[in-house]
Amino acid sequence: MKITTEAGERHVLAVTVDNEAGILAKITGLFSARGYNIESLTVADISADHALSRITIVTSGPPAVIDQIIAQLDRLVPVHNVVDLADAGAHVEREIALVKVAGTGEKRIEALRLADVFRAKVVDTTLTSFIFEITGTSDKVDRFIALMRECGLVEVGRTGVVAIARGAEAV
Amino acid sequence: MVVLTGQVSTALIGTDAFQECDTVGITRHCTKHNYLVMDPERLGPILHEAFYIATHGRPGPVVIDIPKNVQVATGNYVIPEKIAHKSYRPQVEPDADAIAQAMALIVAAERPIFYTGGGVINAGPDASAALRQLVSLTGAPITSTLMGLGAFPSDDPKWLGMLGMHGTFEANMAMNRADLIVAVGARFDDRVTGRLDAFAPEAKKIHIDIDRSSINKIVPVDVAVVGDAGRALDALIAAWQEAGHKARDYGEWWRRIDGWRATRCLDFPEKKEPQAEIMPQRAVKALFDATRGRDPIITTEVGQHQMWAAQHFGFSAPNRWLTSGGLGTMGYGFPAAVGAQIAHPNRLVICIAGEASLQMNIQEMGTVSQYRLPVKIFILNNQWMGMVRQWQELTYESRYSNSYSDSLPDFVKLAGAYGWTGLRIDTLGELEDGIATMIETPGPVIVDCRVAQLANCFPMIPSGAAHTDMILQPSDVTGTMDDEAKALV
Ligand SMILES: Cc1cc2nc3c(=O)[nH]c(=O)nc-3n(C[C@H](O)[C@H](O)[C@H](O)COP(=O)(O)OP(=O)(O)OC[C@H]3O[C@@H](n4cnc5c(N)ncnc54)[C@H](O)[C@@H]3O)c2cc1C
Ligand SMILES: Cc1ncc(C[n+]2csc(CCOP(=O)(O)OP(=O)(O)O)c2C)c(N)n1
Ligand SMILES: [Mg+2]
Repeated sequence: MKITTEAGERHVLAVTVDNEAGILAKITGLFSARGYNIESLTVADISADHALSRITIVTSGPPAVIDQIIAQLDRLVPVHNVVDLADAGAHVEREIALVKVAGTGEKRIEALRLADVFRAKVVDTTLTSFIFEITGTSDKVDRFIALMRECGLVEVGRTGVVAIARGAEAV
Repeated sequence: MVVLTGQVSTALIGTDAFQECDTVGITRHCTKHNYLVMDPERLGPILHEAFYIATHGRPGPVVIDIPKNVQVATGNYVIPEKIAHKSYRPQVEPDADAIAQAMALIVAAERPIFYTGGGVINAGPDASAALRQLVSLTGAPITSTLMGLGAFPSDDPKWLGMLGMHGTFEANMAMNRADLIVAVGARFDDRVTGRLDAFAPEAKKIHIDIDRSSINKIVPVDVAVVGDAGRALDALIAAWQEAGHKARDYGEWWRRIDGWRATRCLDFPEKKEPQAEIMPQRAVKALFDATRGRDPIITTEVGQHQMWAAQHFGFSAPNRWLTSGGLGTMGYGFPAAVGAQIAHPNRLVICIAGEASLQMNIQEMGTVSQYRLPVKIFILNNQWMGMVRQWQELTYESRYSNSYSDSLPDFVKLAGAYGWTGLRIDTLGELEDGIATMIETPGPVIVDCRVAQLANCFPMIPSGAAHTDMILQPSDVTGTMDDEAKALV
């Protein structure tokens, strides 16, 4: 007997929720209980009165599974709305990484040069290390980190994806 | 259901205090919503909100965990003007376009069938009335799930019986051959669909459900109607009447259905002499006959007796049938009977029980005595966990394991110990009188009805099979199953 799982497309979901205790556990519990993927998840309070949070989830699955994920999220009591940013038209995605690189000589110079190409900022430096701050799509961040591995990468911290639809409207 | 639980004082939360437990954490996965009340002022509004959430949209249990200091605090209670929730707004009214599309499919169908479930019961008695009206307007056949029994009268000729694993041959064949399935408040459960790639291959599907996540979850449908079953049925009736539709002649379709009906799939072999052992199906039929006109509320435990009750007890009104379907939890039936009796002190409430399931919550006999409830428990006692034995026979070459019990309590003595009336029925000749005595005896009664030990529940769609591959009787059981079929159990 073969046990298989279906692969699928990447989707970015923007979920507006009540900013209340346990909400994140509710969302992640749903994903683990139903066997859905989470590639990245970010959450922060977004309203002036601290009543609402926005959760950005990057997930993947065949269309029917994505449809179920949205429906399942939507039926949670503290969830206000769920938007699949791919359906909402063009959108902007960004991620920030802090990348610590240590080394001297040629490697150190190469790291700085590559950082410049990627428009990464130096946010901390010692005689033997840099911390770079890089902002961009996950793809760009991935590529930068891959290059830094060759230049003495010692540590990485990433925020995960935040995303928002283009244009004047709110989702 | 709204559950109030006690928590340690707010200052102690998180310190592993005496009897502290993360109640909201452990109930998150099995509730619709839950609360930890940290502020006495919030207790009133949360209580109102909890009942709103539990009863609106797809119903579900809500837990309110109340720390000790919040319990004893004095606060202000303000009656809320309007009870609602800031984000939870289930869609109740169906979309007009979806209703129009559904109507177009209904009018065009040549072999339609209504497939209705627990959602019609949840939508209230008016929804059942609307269902009856729509079925009678269209003249189409109807089948219901285990959870949907009673929404449509079982003695109506349009009723094909329950569908699914232990449903009737005619209901399953009609689902398989239909060109249109109108699913109302039913969720395409695996006990109902059988093998999915063989499920209703020729049918277009309309799905009416209040929970959007039920739609397209298991079976992709052609028309999705999100909303309350009652409202959607009303809207369909209105659309039908406005357009002046007339019932189509489904003559050919009914002729095929009558052909399937002629197999008489619920018949069972039995001996008729008075000393004969009682077939469990006969016991259920006798109970049904004896309680006709008394409008009883029937609850069940889980197992073969539950399926025999579903097959052989006829229901003509909603909310007369309480059974645990999706989780199938043994131990449900007796406490459910207690609840029903408290809600309806003057009604006849009978729990049809298996001798094994009943023991899950047998201590509630004390509750019944305490509250003087006239609950009746009718045990189909086969001395086996019959449903388990049936699967061990069908799926595991009769390698029995832990399904036989030779350590049962004497239920009649147990009845006496709790101050109930206990009686035992051993033979067919005692059946009618025994049931009559149970019904006539005031107060709680337990009936230990000894039935044929090795009877199995048929018809049956075996694990992993299609609607068309029903086993109609024991002699149809053949061979062994492959791992794929076993895994679907
Ligand atoms: C031993 C055993 C054998 C079983 N065999 C069978 C069998 O042969 N046949 C069978 O049918 N079942 C059988 N079951 C039960 C089965 O497991 C499922 O519980 C049952 O089929 C589900 O019924 P349902 O589809 O009506 O859904 P329910 O679980 O009753 O769900 C109701 C659906 O309606 C929706 N809904 C709720 N309220 C509303 C509303 N107001 N308006 C509109 N929609 C609403 C819900 O969102 C949900 O989708 C068996 C169970 C056991 C334990
Ligand atoms: C709490 C619980 N444990 C185990 C099961 C698995 N199970 C389903 S039916 C059954 C046997 C029930 O036996 P009994 O109550 O005697 O009913 P019968 O099938 O004999 O009518 C078991 C163990 C279950 N459904 N629920
Ligand atoms: Mg038994």
